[in-house]
Amino acid sequence: MAFTGIMRPGHVQLRVLDIDEALTHYCDNMGLIETDRDDQGRVYLKCWDEIDKFSVVLEPSDRAGMDHMAFKVATEQDLSRFESRVKDFGVETSRVPAGELNGCGERISFIAPGGHRFDLYAQKEQIGNSIPTTNPSPWPEGIKGMKAIRFDHCLLYGNDHDETVRFFTEALDLDLAEQVVDGDVQIAAFLSCGYKAHDIAFIRHEEPGKLHHASFLLGSWEQVLRAADIISMKDIPLDVGPTRHGLTRGMTIYYYDPSGNRNEVFAEDSYRYPDSPVLTWEADNVGQAIFYHSRVLVDSFMGVVS
Amino acid sequence: MSYKVTIADTGEEFHCRELQHLLAGMQQLGKKGIPVGCRSGGCGVCKVRITSGEYQVKKMSRDHVSEQEEENGIALACRVSPRSDIQLQVLGHLKKIVTPKK
Ligand code: FES
Ligand SMILES: [Fe+2]
Repeated sequence: MAFTGIMRPGHVQLRVLDIDEALTHYCDNMGLIETDRDDQGRVYLKCWDEIDKFSVVLEPSDRAGMDHMAFKVATEQDLSRFESRVKDFGVETSRVPAGELNGCGERISFIAPGGHRFDLYAQKEQIGNSIPTTNPSPWPEGIKGMKAIRFDHCLLYGNDHDETVRFFTEALDLDLAEQVVDGDVQIAAFLSCGYKAHDIAFIRHEEPGKLHHASFLLGSWEQVLRAADIISMKDIPLDVGPTRHGLTRGMTIYYYDPSGNRNEVFAEDSYRYPDSPVLTWEADNVGQAIFYHSRVLVDSFMGVVS
Repeated sequence: MSYKVTIADTGEEFHCRELQHLLAGMQQLGKKGIPVGCRSGGCGVCKVRITSGEYQVKKMSRDHVSEQEEENGIALACRVSPRSDIQLQVLGHLKKIVTPKK
């Protein structure tokens, strides 16, 4: 098995101001599927092609933003191994009992240097992707809206950027895949735990713990354009796109959920291997790095977080 | 029903319908003055102080407007719909990316 340690982003728990509006957005408009609810009023969702029971948890709240993001590790041994390594790095950990989130095993929980909460877990109930595992069809029928394929990554704004990146690379074994630098100061870091262009990204910022966006994969550029149609048809607040990123090469569009959390749907980004070189964008070229066609930074894209 | 909204800071005026929020009214004819972000009450960049006028307000993130502020006429413009002419002051701003000192 080539995958060890941290396998992938497992879920993101987002705070929402109105659960019904949030469900219309994530399910009817983006195509996620509701799989459970709990007695705290949280609603569990997954994208159609995900096997595990949920990848998004919507938490009713009086504020917006990200409660936590969780990564799935390959084995129970990995869980205790990373628990020690996180502690050795100097970050406190706690254990969240199995079942605190329906269907999720025990979690190791900690606040990374940039002020965001992350959890690790090894087990989650698997309910399948609505396609048989024998003679599987290419896609299931009846998926709504943008037909998001999977929860892919988050981009976060936090303080103590350098320490955050050191933590993710040294304690959690993620690789730096791509970066934006201004001289010898890193402004943005795109980190990968496997073959994807990135699984999480951080931007240097002064406030801790902010969410820039939670991102979902689509199948093609044509699907990104179709998502843009849906954004207009359903009067969803658009941020930027459709366009292409220089960073990761992805085709993308950004918009906001009904609580002001930014979402991205994207397609056709790049990939990497453990021996791939780090890709670097210089600050002078940051417009092109972010929006490859216009080469112009957008104020709302840079300056709005939840 | 449509009402006049005046941004005290700049003197900019625009019209906003009862069923619209203030940012939508402002943007409709390309007017500017209040920073525009998520348009969903979550990011806080459109924070304003309403100095006169009647309005209705939808749920706003408590990270940006406390209950006490809400009682004192502070609101997120993207969650405010007018019920009379409105005068306001801009409080919010887009966040600055930390660009290192050279
Ligand atoms: S634009 Fe984000 S709270 Fe109004
Ligand atoms: Fe992204």
